[in-house]
Amino acid sequence: MKTVNILIDHINVNVPEGTTILEAAKKVGVSIPTLCYHPDQKVKANCRICLVEVKGSKGLNTACSTTVWDGMEILTNSKMARDARKTVLELILANHPQDCLSCIRNGSCELQKLTNEFGLNKISFDNVVERKAKDNTNPSIVRDSSKCIKCNRCVEACNEVQTVGAIYNSHRSYEYNITTAFDMPLEESTCIYCGQCSLVCPVGAIYEKSDIDKVWAALDNPDMHVVVQTAPAVRVSLGEEFGDGRGGIVTGKMVAALSRLGFNKVFDTDFTADLTILEEGTEFIGRVQNGGTLPMITSCSPGWINFIEKFYPECLPHLSSCKSPQQMFGALAKTYYAEKAGISPDKIFVVSIMPCTAKKYECTREEMRSSGYQDVDVVLTTRELARMIKQAGISFDSLEEEEYDDPFGITTGAGAIFGATGGVMEAALRTVYEVLTKETLQNIDFVAVRGLTGIKEATVNINGMDVKVAVANGIKNARLVLEKIKSGECDYKFIEVMCCPGGCIGGGGQPVGTTNKDRECRICSTYEVDKSMPLRKSHESPAVKAIYEEYLEKPNSHKSHHLLHTHYVDRKNK
Amino acid sequence: MAKMVRLISKYCGNVRPDSVEDYVKAGGYAALKKAMGMGPLDIIEEVKKSKLMGRGGAAYPTGIKWEQAYSITKNPKYIVCNGDEGEPGTYKDRLMLGQNPLQLIEGMTIAARVLDAREGYIYIRGEYKAIQETVKKAIENAVKAGYLGDNILGTQFSFHLEVVSGAGAYVCGENTALVESIEGKAGRPRIKPPFIKNAGLYLKPTLLNNVETFSCIPYIIDNGGDNFASYGNEHSGGTKLVSLSGNVENRDVYEVPFGITLRELVYEIGGGIPEGRTLKMVQLGGSSGACFPEAVLDTQLCYKDLKSKGISLGSGAVLVLDDSNCIVDFVKCIMEFFVHESCGKCTPCREGNRHILMLVEKFADGTATKADFEKMKRICDTMKYGAFCGLGQTATTALITCLKYFKEEFEEHIEGKCRAGVCSLNGKEAK
Repeated sequence: MKTVNILIDHINVNVPEGTTILEAAKKVGVSIPTLCYHPDQKVKANCRICLVEVKGSKGLNTACSTTVWDGMEILTNSKMARDARKTVLELILANHPQDCLSCIRNGSCELQKLTNEFGLNKISFDNVVERKAKDNTNPSIVRDSSKCIKCNRCVEACNEVQTVGAIYNSHRSYEYNITTAFDMPLEESTCIYCGQCSLVCPVGAIYEKSDIDKVWAALDNPDMHVVVQTAPAVRVSLGEEFGDGRGGIVTGKMVAALSRLGFNKVFDTDFTADLTILEEGTEFIGRVQNGGTLPMITSCSPGWINFIEKFYPECLPHLSSCKSPQQMFGALAKTYYAEKAGISPDKIFVVSIMPCTAKKYECTREEMRSSGYQDVDVVLTTRELARMIKQAGISFDSLEEEEYDDPFGITTGAGAIFGATGGVMEAALRTVYEVLTKETLQNIDFVAVRGLTGIKEATVNINGMDVKVAVANGIKNARLVLEKIKSGECDYKFIEVMCCPGGCIGGGGQPVGTTNKDRECRICSTYEVDKSMPLRKSHESPAVKAIYEEYLEKPNSHKSHHLLHTHYVDRKNK
Repeated sequence: MAKMVRLISKYCGNVRPDSVEDYVKAGGYAALKKAMGMGPLDIIEEVKKSKLMGRGGAAYPTGIKWEQAYSITKNPKYIVCNGDEGEPGTYKDRLMLGQNPLQLIEGMTIAARVLDAREGYIYIRGEYKAIQETVKKAIENAVKAGYLGDNILGTQFSFHLEVVSGAGAYVCGENTALVESIEGKAGRPRIKPPFIKNAGLYLKPTLLNNVETFSCIPYIIDNGGDNFASYGNEHSGGTKLVSLSGNVENRDVYEVPFGITLRELVYEIGGGIPEGRTLKMVQLGGSSGACFPEAVLDTQLCYKDLKSKGISLGSGAVLVLDDSNCIVDFVKCIMEFFVHESCGKCTPCREGNRHILMLVEKFADGTATKADFEKMKRICDTMKYGAFCGLGQTATTALITCLKYFKEEFEEHIEGKCRAGVCSLNGKEAK
């Protein structure tokens, strides 16, 4: 690799050709401020907070976008650069509400952090904040345009990462803003509630709709039996909210925290993930054997369901009819569990802890009332759970680990890997193979479907038949796969789609600032959880066996269909 | 030295704008015929010799631009003409487009010949609706006559031209925003690099020149680069179309050789200041250009001489203001323009323009304080050195130069005095 010699703040440094000033400065221990920059995104250079002086250049240069050349002399802290950066910051702040103390991003706001670092003691320019109404009519996402600093990170997440195009930049000059087509509310836009925008927003302009108060109210109500389920992906990300390293596994502490918060039972969504494998696997085998619609596509990701309903309704027959694990859990909590525990379902309050903002919408769908009640009452994101734990003053680090409650506490490694892209496919293959061949699978690690690659493929020989499967990581790749199906060039039999890049571990409800590095670490931890489990195949789970024996009879039985399966709606032509 | 010459505007008014017949009869298309027998590098050599600099305002040497475009081997290449002419006070491209578009078309066709480009676009300002139709007709007629389209002049060379237009945003005169606009997107500048020459329209190599620049090409090929250059001076070759406007007797577009002084331009060609008033200020290059007083008028119209005074020729707009005008009020108008035209993409331009306007309004109201000078300077510097594109970088040129030459008028407003009697100073009275 060709390298160049440059001088940053009079320090010599040798860096590869093509390095940006921003990256090069890190090598000499200089951290140049950024706002529109995001390590996983394209360089935008529109906020101008990273201006530095380059000797011989006419003006100032943005460190994020300027690549170094041999002999370049950079001054990151000259008076000219400092003055310009300070003016840029003050211009942003003059148009930013000063209500940090009551802002959802208080403490995690990049603008607040920068302002602190700059040591600003006043804003020289007149306040020009125009308070606009918040868009908070949908169940998942709140947009507070008044706080937007127009960095366009959400625009890239929505348009390029997810290819949804619900929001884009619009208008010009001081009226320039990020908005939906014709300023419609988000729920009337193409938004699929994936929340990837909220993960990348540096400030409090886009965030999850908080349902914490509803949960506190239920916990405070002595007549309610409040149960909670935790999604597979939360245990490898929650710790980050408490200063743990990336992707730390905090299952036991999380369970302990939930008990402390007052939940009557703490259950594991991994249980219904295992159940999903039995239902979905059986459905797949049925489709193969009876000439059903193939390829079959997984249906556990609600952002994905929103996408296919809004963008590709003609492909709906390919979707598995299985509900997501969270909704299977809700239906069983208010039927099977209610009967078993002898509690009237109207006195059971089901809370889900999910890495996901789309789940908040999913639980409100009218199909999700199989128990006769709303099956899942409230969904909290990973971020909201962290906030609740902090509100309760619980010292997360010092908690003693605890175990999940029965009967939804016994799970397998297959359920655990639902949190990572490729996990559902791998879990399904472990079961489908053994059910069909009646043989024990020798190598249960399907490494080909793991990782952050966009579209992953594998071929598994089952009973002499080559079954080609694929995993689409993120909506952009799902779109590519659907186009392939539509054009008839698709030879896959079974496809897993996860809405969010990396799968649920990269979900829109995960800690803000999640990067691809974080995703990789959480994926690693997810497979560690899998490896550490005594059982790693869903069909071997005693809890799953028991529920079929006691209640559901068999996969895809009439009762299963009633409680665990659903149908979809064409929302494109609505 | 002649004060006025007609090299590139010589057919204007003498031919029907869309008539190939008239144009050819007058001498048009001789250059294209000649160019068909020349090698690309020979054509580029003539352009280099002509010392032609980009006439849109950036003054980049055209020959070098063409040479760079030629050396890029990726295909296809596009030829794009910037006819956005959004700079206030500039109406020279309107003259060329409206009165002799075939000369521009010929210039673009020669460029296409050099680069072996098959497609080109003429981006015409949204407000020039009638002119768009004229240019479209001229294109049609050139195709019919075999000077454009398939198999030009019976050869294998084909070049197709299309007229496009945006909705009239000033920023679309910025090359990358212009290209975005042609692609059907909102006119906002792109990050550079990649530069237009490597990744322009549809991310393909693109040669982008101003209307006037392309319109110079036929003369240069016809008469040789040295001949064109000889009309100017040592540093600036050929002639320039200037648009005179404001408080001057003869407001019009004039073709003048480089090297004449601004004084000659205003007083001899322009006929001086009407109604016996005196000149207060000249702004050169449109709203993004520098403002200066009478004392600077002996500067030559020459890129180098102007640069030595910190002035850029820009588009060649010359706005003359007499002493009935107030500098503060003038700057207020300029800033209103930029507040309206900022695309909003980058912080300094989106937020800076409006704050500067608010501060200038304080002067006009008589409510400004000395501290406001410092605030204006901070924003001006940040925009000049730190805005994303040329729009933001030059939006405060007028203010910066007015503060350099006319600061006492701003100071008088703090005291509640507007010497021209233009500003209301309402805030002062209310005090």
